[in-house]
Amino acid sequence: MNRVYDVVVVGCGIVGSACALECARAGMSVAVIEQDTPGSGATAAGMGHIVVMDDSPAQFALTSYSRSLWNELAAELPPSVEFNGCGTIWVAADDDEMAEVHRKLGYYTARGISAEVIDSAALREAEPNLRPSLAGGLRVPSDAVLYPPAAAAFLMDQARRHNAQLLYGRCVGAANGEVLLGDGTKLQAGIIVNATGAASPELTPGILVKKRKGHLVITDRHPGFLNHQLVELGYLKSAHSSTADSVAFNVQPRQTGQILIGSSRQYDDEDSGIDRAIVASMIDRAALYMPGIASLSVLRIWTGFRAATPDKLPLIGPTEDPTLFLATGHEGLGITTSLATARLLLDHLLNRASAIPLEPYLPSRMAVGAAHA
Amino acid sequence: MPKLPQPEQSGTIQIMLDGKPIAVEQGSTVAVAIAIASLPCRTSVTGQPRGPLCAMGICFECRAAINGIAHRRTCQVLCEPGMDILTQ
Amino acid sequence: MTQHFQTLVVGAGPAGIAAATCAAEAGSRVALIDDNLEPGGQIWRASRGKPGPDTSHGGGAAQWRKRLLASSVTRLQGWSVFDQPEPQTLRAEREATAANFSYDQLILATGARERFLPFPGWTLPNVMGVGAIQAMVKAGLPIRGKRVVLAGSGPLLLAVAATLHDAGAIVVCIAEQASLASLAAFSVSLAIDPAKLLQGLRYKAVTLGVPFHTGSWPLQARGTERVTSVVLSIHGRAEEIPCDYLACAFHIVPNIELPSLLGCRIEQGFVAVDDLQRTSVSNILCAGEPTGIGGLEMSLVEGEIAGLAAAGQFARAKRLVPKKRAMSGFATRLARAFALRPELKDLATDGTIVCRCEDVACGALRHHPTWRAAKLHTRCGMGPCQGRICGSAASFLLGWNADSVRPPMLPTFVSSLASAEKEALP
Repeated sequence: MNRVYDVVVVGCGIVGSACALECARAGMSVAVIEQDTPGSGATAAGMGHIVVMDDSPAQFALTSYSRSLWNELAAELPPSVEFNGCGTIWVAADDDEMAEVHRKLGYYTARGISAEVIDSAALREAEPNLRPSLAGGLRVPSDAVLYPPAAAAFLMDQARRHNAQLLYGRCVGAANGEVLLGDGTKLQAGIIVNATGAASPELTPGILVKKRKGHLVITDRHPGFLNHQLVELGYLKSAHSSTADSVAFNVQPRQTGQILIGSSRQYDDEDSGIDRAIVASMIDRAALYMPGIASLSVLRIWTGFRAATPDKLPLIGPTEDPTLFLATGHEGLGITTSLATARLLLDHLLNRASAIPLEPYLPSRMAVGAAHA
Repeated sequence: MPKLPQPEQSGTIQIMLDGKPIAVEQGSTVAVAIAIASLPCRTSVTGQPRGPLCAMGICFECRAAINGIAHRRTCQVLCEPGMDILTQ
Repeated sequence: MTQHFQTLVVGAGPAGIAAATCAAEAGSRVALIDDNLEPGGQIWRASRGKPGPDTSHGGGAAQWRKRLLASSVTRLQGWSVFDQPEPQTLRAEREATAANFSYDQLILATGARERFLPFPGWTLPNVMGVGAIQAMVKAGLPIRGKRVVLAGSGPLLLAVAATLHDAGAIVVCIAEQASLASLAAFSVSLAIDPAKLLQGLRYKAVTLGVPFHTGSWPLQARGTERVTSVVLSIHGRAEEIPCDYLACAFHIVPNIELPSLLGCRIEQGFVAVDDLQRTSVSNILCAGEPTGIGGLEMSLVEGEIAGLAAAGQFARAKRLVPKKRAMSGFATRLARAFALRPELKDLATDGTIVCRCEDVACGALRHHPTWRAAKLHTRCGMGPCQGRICGSAASFLLGWNADSVRPPMLPTFVSSLASAEKEALP
């Protein structure tokens, strides 16, 4: 086994596998270290929603760029990835939320993201199982959903076609061009990429990534129940909050006909056990929007940990150690922004211009002493 | 749901199975009713016909929709007069 | 609204019936919760149209039922336990209603389920388990004049053959994978347990005239809409036998999902208990098959011990321990006689379905290193059976260990997970 690589990526989740593919395709020698199986961390736990978000200009830039990369890739993705260009509907419960819908429309269309406002009647037609008294919504047709573990496996497979190697093992040290595994194996790397998600501070102490727990519920196959990813506008309040536990209505149709029911956010809970009270309030919220969801059959409930940063933007780029790069801190947007993360990283390594500025995501932006708000 | 006429003879009841009325012995499970009609309870994700495997509520192969609710384990449900069963 | 009981017993098979009855007779306020429509579990499953439990398998089914009904036990039939929402509380679902049940002492008597091993054609309709075909016949499946082949392994093959014979079925043959040598040794050992000898002789008498092949197993089930014949390996030759039903199962595996969820220590696939059936979790006891496959008599005495212990009657419970110990020899000899031979691992080809919920074939599974990896990348185990059927098969075929158990332990309605104030009262 060759122990010297141009790039060693730690973590074969959606971000790590995307980075591996970009670098391998550019002709670099790449190794990916994975302690379990590709896509088994937050990648397996999350919703697989590819969505353009307008939380901030930098978030918008990253999500819209990355979404376009996914849409370009869509035709090549195998059926196992279950890529479905079903689009998102941001659901407005009342007139206040409809005002927000119009604001979002303005923001998106000014930036070339196609979106349309739909009224209450059109919403009911698009999604007959939503309760009738909602005000309307914003439909974003180019958003999509996919099954993340299969996507990570696909990206890694593609990377291997360009001679990247997948090594199973636990990484215990990554600094100064050297990666150390738990069994004593040492790898020399020109560049190390820490793509270990919520656990990234364990590998690179001091980086400002915190665990943000989420729950998801998946049902049995109920084809035709849901057509789009539906998200309540209140989701944004939930994602914005840095301190409170919160739930928001967020449901996704899987290609199998199963419905994914989310979403929840909790700080300060590092226990991976299921919090029944949170699940109950998540279910209550879902039933409020879609009463018929009550009689669907639940097969599984699980939790996962998002990697959250103080300013809700990922960490992409070099650290003070010139050999160590970060590709982590993607919070709930890891699937969406994985491809752009990888592209930005490669652009930086090759010292070439990138499609969007890298500055907002650079780890160096985190001033010493910055804490989570 | 329209009421199904029930037979005079005690011990049998009328149910609807895939849109057709059939008579079953009282105390039969829905899985048995489906089996007597020589139907599979469900079709698998790749199109194979399936019927009960464990008959004790664990395998879920006997799933069918009962009175509009999908994924009911028919081996655990007794036939009731007027019940509407749709194989899945 | 939570109903509280001093002793809550989960599972109304023989162990649960014995446990609940004894605890109630000893003065405890007891509830017996079970997901079937009637008590009896599998072996004492009642037949349609015939009141009371199946008494043909012995063990005093009728007497126990009488005692149970005469006792103060609150019987909660049709409830499926799916979670422990808080300490000392279980949550269960019945139809579209969910409710909480709290307890001081919990006795788990969740029994066992049949082990299914994949082979070509095993997914055809009318291929089912051995206990399964008995349950279907009891639930009204017409079997008179129908040709049935029984295959797999275990004393259940003979027991069910007897039931089918009594119901007028044509039992074409029985294919037991254990070798004649192992079974002969077991039969001889039966003489040491007189009660077992009687049971054994009765079964033998009933199946007289039915070919009983040892060292024999199914190679393929054939048919299109349903099974029409089975190819058996008999003394090394493949023989095709026309049939209407193939009843095939390879012993039973304990239902340890609820004990696992509750944190009970599991050793070698069974719930670890002390002499008084106490698990590693205080206030939780376990009786019957989940502690070790020991058969009906063992389940009953374990249930009695657990019921007495839960009610605080430790001296009386201890007095039953020698009776239990005397039976453990039988359980060990049973396991040895009917051990599964390695050839059974080769029955499934790459194209044979292993996960029936998601139609995942053996070939797709083989190159994954763990159950979890296979699950993530093939969907195996992601269906409604929650990996119970395919997991037991994969464990035998590929040596994988199961995942940890998460709620819901069985598929439930979304509404059962909603907030308590929204649920209906039981």
